[in-house]
Amino acid sequence: MTSDSGNQPAGPDPAEPKQVLANASGPGSSEADSTTHSATATSGPPVRDRLRGAGPAIIDAVVHGSPTVVTILAIFSALVLGALVIAFSDTAVLHAWNSFAAAPGAALSATWHSVAAAYSALFEGAIFNPNTVSAAFHGGSIGAIFYPLSQTANQATPLILTGLSVALAFRAGLFNIGAASQWIGGAIVVTYLGFAISLPPVIHAVVCLAGGFAGGAVLGWLVGDLKARTGAHEVIVTIMLNYIMYNLLSYVLGTPTALQRPGQANLISPTIHANAQLPHVGGPPPQVGVGFLVALAAAAGVWWLLERSTVGFEFRTVGANPSAARTAGMSIPRTWVLAMLIAGGLAGLSGAVTIQGTFYTLNFQSYGTYGFVGITVALLGRAKPLGVVLAALLFGAFESGGAVMQASTAVPIDIIEVIEGLIVLFVAAPPLIRAVYRLRQARAEGVEAVAKGWNG
Amino acid sequence: MTALAAEIRVPAATNRRLLASATLIAFGLVDILLFGLSGHHGDATFALSLFGSKVSVPSIHAPATPVAYVLGGISIAIGIARATVTESPVMKRLSIGVVLLFFVISLLAWSDTGSWTHGIPVNVVVLLQNTLADAIPLILGALAGCMGERAGVINIAIEGQLLLGAFMAAVVASTVGVLWLGLISGSLAGGLVGLVLGAFAIRYFVDQIILGVVLNLLISGITGFLYDRLLVPDANTYNNAGTFGPVKIPGLGDIPVIGPIFFDSTIFLYITYAAIILVQVGLFSTRWGLRVRAVGEHPTAADTVGINVLAIRYRNLVLGGLLAGIGGAYLTIGSVGTFSKDMSSGLGYIALAAMIFGRWTPLGATLAALLFGFTEALQSFLGSITVPISPFILGMAPYVATIIAVAGLVGRVQAPAADGKPYVRA
Repeated sequence: MTSDSGNQPAGPDPAEPKQVLANASGPGSSEADSTTHSATATSGPPVRDRLRGAGPAIIDAVVHGSPTVVTILAIFSALVLGALVIAFSDTAVLHAWNSFAAAPGAALSATWHSVAAAYSALFEGAIFNPNTVSAAFHGGSIGAIFYPLSQTANQATPLILTGLSVALAFRAGLFNIGAASQWIGGAIVVTYLGFAISLPPVIHAVVCLAGGFAGGAVLGWLVGDLKARTGAHEVIVTIMLNYIMYNLLSYVLGTPTALQRPGQANLISPTIHANAQLPHVGGPPPQVGVGFLVALAAAAGVWWLLERSTVGFEFRTVGANPSAARTAGMSIPRTWVLAMLIAGGLAGLSGAVTIQGTFYTLNFQSYGTYGFVGITVALLGRAKPLGVVLAALLFGAFESGGAVMQASTAVPIDIIEVIEGLIVLFVAAPPLIRAVYRLRQARAEGVEAVAKGWNG
Repeated sequence: MTALAAEIRVPAATNRRLLASATLIAFGLVDILLFGLSGHHGDATFALSLFGSKVSVPSIHAPATPVAYVLGGISIAIGIARATVTESPVMKRLSIGVVLLFFVISLLAWSDTGSWTHGIPVNVVVLLQNTLADAIPLILGALAGCMGERAGVINIAIEGQLLLGAFMAAVVASTVGVLWLGLISGSLAGGLVGLVLGAFAIRYFVDQIILGVVLNLLISGITGFLYDRLLVPDANTYNNAGTFGPVKIPGLGDIPVIGPIFFDSTIFLYITYAAIILVQVGLFSTRWGLRVRAVGEHPTAADTVGINVLAIRYRNLVLGGLLAGIGGAYLTIGSVGTFSKDMSSGLGYIALAAMIFGRWTPLGATLAALLFGFTEALQSFLGSITVPISPFILGMAPYVATIIAVAGLVGRVQAPAADGKPYVRA
């Protein structure tokens, strides 16, 4: 292990330790794109110098693996690996491969059919099912065509918010693994406000949303405050809080004097009042939930906060270079506390829209895995609000498509988790993607490393 | 500079001492007010031998309420002493241990005299047996964490190592029909996760915390997928492994009380003993350990004197992974015999907590893991005698304790200096 990495065609450049966090908190993809472009225009090879306009920029981005290209290749690679897992866990396929020497065609076609069936079901459940179009021509519902897309939007809603929560903390140089606990904090408050008090229609829903934000924000604040006062690492504290809140959720759902539904032995809360529920809009079903709009508004708000406000500037400065921030007179502890508070609030809001918009009751089914998937959403979205929304839509599509796939082809929905994990793993390791696809070293990506240990 | 630092630290130290003292006094007050005042009359019975064992040790009978008063009083005295007398570090830890022990005894005495017990004694031997059993995956996982982090690589993927180890052990032992092969493949699975962690962290400079979280997600997905796809439809072939039986160590296993707790268990407990000693001695008394710690504290200096930093990091991650994999194998072929979805259920994170709580030392991590194992055993015991305390409240204890630890309330917790930072040769 001396200096062999330098001999690899597209291995990591030892001088530029690149980190996902660096991508997240440093200059982002759009700036990186433009820098790549200008670098080509001034000092690129002569062949490419003759080409001008948008074309070469795209070629350059592809050849050098801009963040966007790396992301697309990462998704592609993950889908290919997922396909292999689906095919080679199929007993019919394995059977066909056992007699590969006798009938190689049969083995290959069995593999193809296994994968094609699963992935087309995934696509039909997530985006568009051709059958609904022909059905519409024969007197079926036109709305049914858009049903998969509405499901995708619904699934993406809580993920947008938990993703924003993790992304916002990232930009301030904090790693919020605790979106799951903050989700619970928000959801408990929302559920309580939802069934225990009575308010007029719109007001009740708004009060619940605010309560959800507050419930998550308290937990986020606790993490930020502990870090600011005692230096307790936010990763450790948030991991521990996840389990504390998980136990608390079990406790309140199993205690009749707390949140347990009267007359129930199961861990489930009462249903929240109709006034507290978020309606669905957009004509006849299928419709988009108001929660989705809330999530989009939150994304716009986070964008404004980060890119246009003084507070956001402080977040980004502290995240990119704490020493510079301190020199410039910014209060690092204050930034930590505020960033974690808002991040926690966003995760709490995710709990609110899940309860108010989808399940109307709190139990472990509505708890789901939004907090943990939010981490991967934020990473895939490179900690930018628009990126988070797109990543959440992608994962939402996987979730809604995965449910259809499981129902129609008996491929377990857990494969979605595998594909999501692989995508993020590849996105986090651009050198790997570059090596696999023989891309050249990106010139604009040498962002300062933000490597942080427990002591950082 | 140092004088200034010391001066600044004084109020913090005073605060910390007062806080520690207040915590100890609070425990004493709970003993008295909760377990004493609202206690029930009658004797609590602590059984010290297993039902039907050859040598029977007489049980201890203790009146619950006076026990709580006395122990609570002593706890408060210790708390006051903690605030006024400057104690040595050993005494500090001892005082915390004693107060916790008194708390547990009062709790057990209180719970064994309630109307809900139906005269079932508190079997101390069974409780401690379960403690050790619950602690095995925690200890092995925490040792894996120590191995990685002492060399400077953060390992959040302990959870994934346990889960994949459990999965592989069950599947291989079940398909091949040899338990030992299951144990070995479970261990190798943990090592494989360590290798992947190393490859991405060391070669591709991926942030190690992100990496751990993603690997856990990935392993949860892949094991869950294969479980639904293969193990559920054909459980007889793939998920029917059986378990290792207990092996009594001749001589030692016959000692009353101690024998059944420490020397009459499955092979996993004995492997765990060996692993604790190997890692502790290895890290702190051998040349290898000195190198590992040098790499974890100051990789540049280590490199300068000719230590291969990256090789040590890889090797430690894989070796640690092998240990965590055994811990995972314990969950299936050491305990229940079959794999179920996400069966590690956060144990890897508790192991991580135990490592931090134990200040990145194998012995400390072991003690912390035993403490956490004890709360688990206590939880299931209290559940079995239907004490009106929610098991979930008790379930929070390890996590709350860890937050208190990292917040510096029980002394400063400090990670290896280069932990989590990728090493790049200048």
